[in-house]
Amino acid sequence: MEIQLVFAALRRHRLATILIALEIALACAVLSNACFMIANRLTMMRINSGVDESSLALLQVTGYDSNASIDLNARVVAGLRAIPNVKSVSVINAVPFGKQAGASGITTDAAGEHFGGVVDFYVGNLGSIKALGLKLVAGHFPNTDDFQPMSSYFPTDAKVLITRSLAAHLWPDVDPLGRQFWSGKFHFRVIGVIDHLAIAQPESRSSTNADWSVFAPALPGKFLSGTYLLRANQKDVPRVLSDARAAIAKIAPDVVLDRQDSQTLSELRHIYFASDRAMAGMLLGVIVALLMVTALGIVGLTSFWVQQRRRSIGIRRAVGATRVDILRYFQVENFLIVSFGIALGMLLALVLNMLLMKHYELPHLPLIYLPIGAITLWLLGQFAVLGPALHAATVPPMVATRTE
Amino acid sequence: MFAYYLELAVRSLKRNKALTLLMVLAISVGIGASMTTLTVMHLLSGDPLPGKSAELFYPQVDPDPSPGKHTEPPDIMDYRSAMDLWSAQRADRQALIVDSSLKLMAPGVNLPPLMGTMLSTTADFFPMFKVPFEYGSGWTTNEDTNHARVTVISADLNDKLFGGANSVGRTLHLGDTDTRIIGVLKPWRPSPVFYSVAGGHYANGNTAAFYSKPEDIFTPFTSGLEINAGNFQTFNCWHAPDNSGHLENSDCEWVALWVQLDSAAKVVDYRNFLTGYAEQQKKLGRFTHTDTRLRDLMQWLDYNRVLPSDVRLQTWLAFAFLAICLFNTVGLLLAKFMRRRGEIGLRRALGASRAAVFTQCLVESGIIGSIGGLGGLLLTFIGLRLVHAQPTPYADLAHLDLSMFLVTFVLAIAVSLLAGTIPAWQACRVTPSLQLKM
Repeated sequence: MEIQLVFAALRRHRLATILIALEIALACAVLSNACFMIANRLTMMRINSGVDESSLALLQVTGYDSNASIDLNARVVAGLRAIPNVKSVSVINAVPFGKQAGASGITTDAAGEHFGGVVDFYVGNLGSIKALGLKLVAGHFPNTDDFQPMSSYFPTDAKVLITRSLAAHLWPDVDPLGRQFWSGKFHFRVIGVIDHLAIAQPESRSSTNADWSVFAPALPGKFLSGTYLLRANQKDVPRVLSDARAAIAKIAPDVVLDRQDSQTLSELRHIYFASDRAMAGMLLGVIVALLMVTALGIVGLTSFWVQQRRRSIGIRRAVGATRVDILRYFQVENFLIVSFGIALGMLLALVLNMLLMKHYELPHLPLIYLPIGAITLWLLGQFAVLGPALHAATVPPMVATRTE
Repeated sequence: MFAYYLELAVRSLKRNKALTLLMVLAISVGIGASMTTLTVMHLLSGDPLPGKSAELFYPQVDPDPSPGKHTEPPDIMDYRSAMDLWSAQRADRQALIVDSSLKLMAPGVNLPPLMGTMLSTTADFFPMFKVPFEYGSGWTTNEDTNHARVTVISADLNDKLFGGANSVGRTLHLGDTDTRIIGVLKPWRPSPVFYSVAGGHYANGNTAAFYSKPEDIFTPFTSGLEINAGNFQTFNCWHAPDNSGHLENSDCEWVALWVQLDSAAKVVDYRNFLTGYAEQQKKLGRFTHTDTRLRDLMQWLDYNRVLPSDVRLQTWLAFAFLAICLFNTVGLLLAKFMRRRGEIGLRRALGASRAAVFTQCLVESGIIGSIGGLGGLLLTFIGLRLVHAQPTPYADLAHLDLSMFLVTFVLAIAVSLLAGTIPAWQACRVTPSLQLKM
């Protein structure tokens, strides 16, 4: 009976009801998709790089004569090792969240017909595996004599480590150890599988292949120089890096320090995801503003209706309705409007998600986000209506006898 | 009569200050958010060379013989194809382009050497892309053919090295080579750096880097290749180069070509020329694919999807937000006018026409819309300040230009009318008799 009463009243305010329901529908659609996008960004930002970021710093120099790089490597490594608290200095071509280096397409046959995807090649010297802290899950790490000199970007014939996800992609359900792959004239044989090693720019490819990396052992030289990995105790890392940045001018006065890329790995990660943080912040801001506008809209509209219906409320009170009945009435009314909005909003959320999927690299909206949006809006509606409804409940039965 | 309506409206709005403020705020925030994002989108997706872009074309051929699907020719050319097309001189103007970075130092300036970005290009680059000069000028084809050691430097670099003074004639040490500065650019910030856009469809929507600053130094193509020999990066290779960094004879794509074609007939001719070239190269056994493209500047930017996907997403989000604010305001105004049914009915009974009631209500909602619009404009300025503080390469580009200023006004008026019309229309349909039965 109560519900019929509510429906009868809402029919008299058809347009305003539809408008507020549409507002809620749109809010529901934007809310679920925005929450999903925030979750996506946060997942991306939490990507497991597979290396001991907190103990590592990178020092990058450029502007030297590449023919002098063997001498440069020796000088820099020795010079940086002399810095207090440095545990190890190794030579590597790139690190996760640093500059892109060594991205290449690979094939699982020598003729180059079976394309395996684009992967990141990390090339490093003997100490770099231990410095990175790579976790082996199968096979073994390269021996000392597996580190060979390079005459190009990669060693020509290397025994390599690949990540578990790359192994699963290239050889599903088969033991990857001992398998071979090629990149043009370069040949690689898998000797070990590592847990994780994120590509240098994880957002540059789709999230499924953000962990498709290869680690190739090599000796420092003309093609492996200028990028140095420093390892120290977590608390010493910032200090070690600033000492190293200062020392490089004395160690190698002829090089140019790449200040932007010479950072601790934690800082490199922080910088790499800056735009995602900004975007997540903006999405959160939109959600908050949107919920506030919706809540205030409900407060405003209900206040009007309460004022407008003072007489009818008074009459209902006079004929026996309790304060709780009046309160309930407005709560039920709000619940109905919001529910109507949510029903429409869920459909709209899915349509919006399909549009987003078409134009942006966004996966399907998991259905769990629909009830999240719905429950948030129900709670918001009940919260917003409480003030005006309580106010309505205080209308005395006396009002019924007055003429306005 | 209008003044009277205005007075009535102000009185009505004052009666419920909190609600009026709420409606004004909702419209302001909605307009502020959508105009901020729309302005950023407008700045990033605009024509970087208005009036000229339709004459500039980006030829593409496919030198890559490897099997597999070739739906589009690669974004950049190999050295030989680029040189062949350039040497043919079939266009009104043409510029070869290669990007690299190198160490630079100015003798007599007390600064440590620094890394700079160098664009190696041909003489036509400057007139073709309307590059503005502060001092001196670009070079001529003579310098191109003579491998002259001359450079043009950016305003930024000139400020950094020479404190903004006229540095024409001074020496700049590039790598191991002494070059003579012959020109200094005015501050030049094309948005995006259209001439080096490539590979956008592999960027996964993260195309913000296309909006970075142009290069620090510009050298003749022939000289640049010698000065920085061994330090050139590839876009893509179908065979790893034997001598990395030295790419002239490699199987790599790394040289871009832009051409200027002044008439439609010339565009057709050039298209035929490109097709002919690809056919000829196939006969020679160098190409296996004869697909060619000749996109104009804007088509090339579109093809590369230069507008960062985050920017588009933000714009959609802001407009959804504006729609929510609008629904909110319309709903509230409607409720407000309906509450005054009695009053309106009385006025109608006393002889006020529907039009009069409609106008009166529209004035009231118009006031809310206008104040909201002004608030929105203010918030747009604040919003653009916030964009300035963002960690993106295009942050410094954000500003409100005249056209977007006007769009904000039009949007504000449109929004306020939209918000006002429905409630006013409902209000004026109140029948006089019904409301007097009390």
